[in-house]
Amino acid sequence: MDFDVAFLLSTFVKLVAAVPMTLGLFAASVSLGALLALGITYCRVSGGPLLSVFARAYIFVFRGSPLLIQMFLIYYGLGQFPAVRHSLFWPVLRDPFSCAVVALALCTAGYQAEIMRGGLQAVPAREIEAGRAAGMSRLLLFRRIIAPIAIRQALPAYSTEVILMVKSTALASLVTVWEVTGTAQRLISQTYRTMEVFLVATLIYLLINFIIVRLMALAEYRLSPHLRERPDPASSGGRQGEIHG
Amino acid sequence: MADAPVPAISVRNIHKSFGQHEVLRGISLDAHDGDVISILGASGSGKSTFLRCINLLETPDEGEITVAGEAIAMKRNRMGSLVPTDRKQVDRIRSELAMVFQSFNLWSHMTVLQNLIEGPVHVLKRPKAECIAEAEALLERVGLAERRNYYPAHLSGGQQQRAAIARALAMQPKALLFDEPTSALDPELVGEVLKVMRSLAEEGRTMLVVTHEMAFARNVSDRVMFLHEGVVEADGAPEDIFTNSDSERFRQFIGGFQA
Ligand SMILES: Nc1ncnc2c1ncn2[C@@H]1O[C@H](COP(=O)(O)OP(=O)(O)OP(=O)(O)O)[C@@H](O)[C@H]1O
Ligand SMILES: [Mg+2]
Repeated sequence: MDFDVAFLLSTFVKLVAAVPMTLGLFAASVSLGALLALGITYCRVSGGPLLSVFARAYIFVFRGSPLLIQMFLIYYGLGQFPAVRHSLFWPVLRDPFSCAVVALALCTAGYQAEIMRGGLQAVPAREIEAGRAAGMSRLLLFRRIIAPIAIRQALPAYSTEVILMVKSTALASLVTVWEVTGTAQRLISQTYRTMEVFLVATLIYLLINFIIVRLMALAEYRLSPHLRERPDPASSGGRQGEIHG
Repeated sequence: MADAPVPAISVRNIHKSFGQHEVLRGISLDAHDGDVISILGASGSGKSTFLRCINLLETPDEGEITVAGEAIAMKRNRMGSLVPTDRKQVDRIRSELAMVFQSFNLWSHMTVLQNLIEGPVHVLKRPKAECIAEAEALLERVGLAERRNYYPAHLSGGQQQRAAIARALAMQPKALLFDEPTSALDPELVGEVLKVMRSLAEEGRTMLVVTHEMAFARNVSDRVMFLHEGVVEADGAPEDIFTNSDSERFRQFIGGFQA
C-alpha cells in the first residue's frame, strides 16, 4: 500500500470536521451522567433501604448490559410505544443525537456512581469525626472535608471512565449520528479505503484522548499536593498550600 | 447556692450500651473552670465512649449533659432511645468543646495552617485575617511556626498531635477533651506533646484527659477518675488517690504501671 498523502490529508480534514460532534456527545453525556451519578450515589450511600436497592439495581443493569443494546433500545425501542411518542420526551427521543447522549449518560452514570462511592469510602472516618467534633454541620462537613477528599481519591478512576466515554461515542454512529466514526464509515463506503480512513480516525481519537489524559493528570497534580513527597524545605516558603481566598 | 459557680461541663448519670454490652453504667462528672481531670481505666473500660458522649459523638442512652450551664436538649425517639432535639445546638456545643484524638485526625488535604483556621472561619464564621493571625500565634506556641504550610502527611506524629492541639485551641473552646493524645506516638515523641498539655493546664484551661500517662495524671491533673466496668470505681485528688485509694482495683491498676 503506498501512502497517498493527499488522500490522508483530505480524510483528516473531513474527519476533523466531525470532531465537534464527537466532543459534543462526549461533553453532554459525561456531564449529564455525572449529575445522574450524584443522585444515584446519594441513594446508594445515604438513602433508605428502598433507594439503596434502586441504586444498586440501576448500577447493575447499566454496567451489566452492552451499551450498544441500551442505545438501540432507546432509539429504536422506545418509539414503538404510543405513550412515548405522545409524551413530552418525544422530541428528545426522536432525535438521534439526544438519544445517543441519553444512552451514553445513563450508562456512564452507573460507572460514575460506583467511582463516586469508592471515593466517598476512601474518606478516612477519623477526618470526618474531627469535623463533627469541631461542630461542622452536615453540609459544611460534606463541602469542606468529605467532597474534596473523595474527589481526589476518585480522580484516577474517573479519568479512565472519561477516556472510555470518548471511545464510546463511536457507538452513536450506529444510530445515525455523524461523529468521527460514523463519518469515517461514510467515507469508506464512498472510497473503499478502509485501512487509511480508520487509521486517520484512530489518530484523531488518540489526539483527543491525549489532551484529555494531560488535563486529567494536571487536575490530579493540582489537587493532591498532600499526597506528594515531602516538600524540599528550601523551597517550601510560599509555594505549596498557600491559603486561597 | 446562688453563688455556686456553674460547672464548665456537668454530666449526670450517663449510660451507654453497644448492643447487649453495657459500656457505661451511670457516670457523672462536674468539671469546673480550670479543672484538669485525668480519666484512667483499663483498655475497654469505656473511657473513650464516655468522652465521646460529652460532645455527642456517641449519643448516650440515658443521662444529661450540661455545658457552661446550657443543657443539651434530648428527647426519646419511637424506639425509646435518646436523640438530640436540636442539631444546631449540638453543633454549637461541639464547637465549644474541642477534642484532641489519639490518632490526631488532622484533615489530610489541608496544610497545618488551613487545619487551624478551618473551624474558626467556617464554623465560627470569624474573619479570616484575624483567624490566620491567631493561628500563627498558636503555631508559634506549639513550636510549629516553620511548618505552617506543611501537610499532615509530611509531619512526625508528635508534630501532628501538636498541630491538632493548636487546631483545638484555635476554636477558643470552653473546655478541651483529650482522648489518649500520646498513645499513638513513639516514646521519644510523647514528651513534646505532654509539655504542651502541661502548659495548657498551667494557664488554667479546663481539660478532660483520657490517658495512660500516670506521671501526667499524678503531677498535672487536679483530679483523677478511674473507670472500671462502666462505673467510676475511684475518684479524687491525685495526691490522695495515688497514695491511699480504697479501691483494690485502682491499686492493682497503678501497680501495673509501676512494674
Ligand atoms: N461503636 C462501637 N460499637 C460497638 N462497640 C463499641 C463501640 N465503641 C466502643 N465499643 C466497645 O465499648 C467498650 C469500651 O470502648 P472504649 O473505646 O470506650 O474503651 P476505652 O476505655 O477507651 O479503651 P482503650 O483504652 O482501648 O481506648 C469496648 O468493649 C468496645 O469494644
Ligand atoms: Mg479509648
